[in-house]
Amino acid sequence: MSMLLEVSGVTVTFDGFRAINNLSINFAPTELRAIIGPNGAGKTTFMDIVTGKTKPDTGHVIWGERNISLLGMSESQIAREGIGRKFQKPTVFEAQTVRQNLAMALKNPRGPFAVLMHKKTGSNAERIEDIAGQVGLSDSLTRVAGELSHGQKQWLEIGMLLAQEPRLMLVDEPAAGMTPEEREKTTDILKEAAKTRAVVVVEHDMEFVRRLDCKVTVLHEGAVLAEGSLDHVTSNQTVIDVYLGRAHA
Amino acid sequence: MRKSFLAENPSVLWFIAILAVFTIVVTLLSEVTGVDLISTSFVKTLGKTLCLCLVAIAMDVVWGYCGILSLGHFAFFGIGGYAVGMWLMYARTEGIVIESFAGQPIPPTPQEVSDAIGNQIFGVVGSSEFPWIWGFADSLLLQLLMVVLVPGLLALVFGWLAFRSRVTGVYLSILTQAMTLALALYLFQNDSGLRGNNGLSGLQNIPGFEDASQASISVVFFIASAVALAAGYVFFAWIVSGKMGSVIKGIRDNEARVRFLGYHVESYKLFVFTTTAVVAGIAGALYYPQAGIINPGEIAPIASIYLAVWVAIGGRGRLYGAVIGAAFVSLLSSWFTGGGAPNINLGFYVIQWTDWWLVLLGFSFVAVTLFFPKGIGGLFDLLVRKQS
Repeated sequence: MSMLLEVSGVTVTFDGFRAINNLSINFAPTELRAIIGPNGAGKTTFMDIVTGKTKPDTGHVIWGERNISLLGMSESQIAREGIGRKFQKPTVFEAQTVRQNLAMALKNPRGPFAVLMHKKTGSNAERIEDIAGQVGLSDSLTRVAGELSHGQKQWLEIGMLLAQEPRLMLVDEPAAGMTPEEREKTTDILKEAAKTRAVVVVEHDMEFVRRLDCKVTVLHEGAVLAEGSLDHVTSNQTVIDVYLGRAHA
Repeated sequence: MRKSFLAENPSVLWFIAILAVFTIVVTLLSEVTGVDLISTSFVKTLGKTLCLCLVAIAMDVVWGYCGILSLGHFAFFGIGGYAVGMWLMYARTEGIVIESFAGQPIPPTPQEVSDAIGNQIFGVVGSSEFPWIWGFADSLLLQLLMVVLVPGLLALVFGWLAFRSRVTGVYLSILTQAMTLALALYLFQNDSGLRGNNGLSGLQNIPGFEDASQASISVVFFIASAVALAAGYVFFAWIVSGKMGSVIKGIRDNEARVRFLGYHVESYKLFVFTTTAVVAGIAGALYYPQAGIINPGEIAPIASIYLAVWVAIGGRGRLYGAVIGAAFVSLLSSWFTGGGAPNINLGFYVIQWTDWWLVLLGFSFVAVTLFFPKGIGGLFDLLVRKQS
């Protein structure tokens, strides 16, 4: 099966510190993947590279069937290619309503002229309501996003990610600050989404990763340390040493 | 579409209604109708104020909505004024010159006429040659086109360079200050082709309407300014409402996030920067015929800073706030500096408002920023909240 995203031999150095060290990692068009690793393992930097925020010193990032390189592209071009990202800290547009937030994310032409001439249509409204239903914000569509609770903002951002209809979803710590029930619901949404696209979840919470029940990649010092099922990687002695060992120290 | 836009923004209709009533009342009370309760010079002041309100809403869109603190938008205002001023001055001087040749037995050659006009206009800077930028000065239509094109192109090129390099925040503000300063310094030079520090004058005399009184000319410009303000208000209200407004406000609050949603932020900024520059040019083109004179001092960096102060005091992020701020502060300013406010004798010191007005304005700006970040327009929120 051809890969949706191929990252190979990527290295990033910040002021002499190698945040990413010859990293190679691939994702299939439909899969759910968890990325774990201790702090400073390069999880967020990896997302920054894929989304165009950080340019690597060396290496290749190849996308899609046409094998195009993402390295020369701007953040907005990459997003239009179909890579969506949810940030660790919920970043929604707090001055605007939930509906406006979702409408902005909704997959539609992104050019200024198209946006200026944009008309509210029934089908767009339906999509917004459908997504709001999925993330449990149906009753909050007219509320200003800044008034939402932390958990609701997380939901809104997940909703915005769904609205973008990306082919690859990069999700940074979705479960942070959520109640156990909310976590369960998040797991369901991510699993459902992964049936039709690639979903990559960066998470610290082992219980949450276990519930995702998917392939796990362990990052350490900017490179892949181990890959496989959660049980497989957690029984790996090196992983225990660098990750779990350090966590208990 | 249009209906739903106005239905969703009742404040636009309110604004147009209030502006219409104001315009009709001022017109009825002016010298033209014979009532003469409002003097011609005050009609001009009010007309100029409406133009300042127009450039203030442009500033509010670029700063209050899109988060680009441009401290150079008054340069576009000035360029609009210069563009229309060139035609006004040329056409009027041409009329005078032709009249002065009228008594002569031999009709003057076109070259003699042109030389005489050049002498009249550029004598003050020791020249009689027409600089190339006056190439279209004999055509009202082309000069009106310049009102829109020159600010638009300048904003497009400047904005493209700045936004492409991702210059934001304070750095962009400094860059825009540098732009307006450079333009002012250039225009101050005698060989700039625009009469150096003399600027363009006599703009209150409209060629072709030599017989019309200043009273009626002032009312015509006042009404034109009101119509321009109304049109500008509806245009910008349309832009900042709906999805465009969402994206623009998103850029103000979190530019990077908008990028990750797939929007090319630079194009949006450029669109906002350029459109507001064009509107600023139009406002200037209406302002200076009422002021009668334009000189490079008008586009000194401080003018653009005042513009930001008006918008901040009025309340940014709401168009009527910008109108209130511009009208309130500029009228108050002319009252204080025009000797309207009585000086205060403290016994040991006399507070002369012509000098102390700026201090007062400075303190109000600080006070508004610290204690009322929503400005005067924020008071409307209190009213609305009480009702609901």
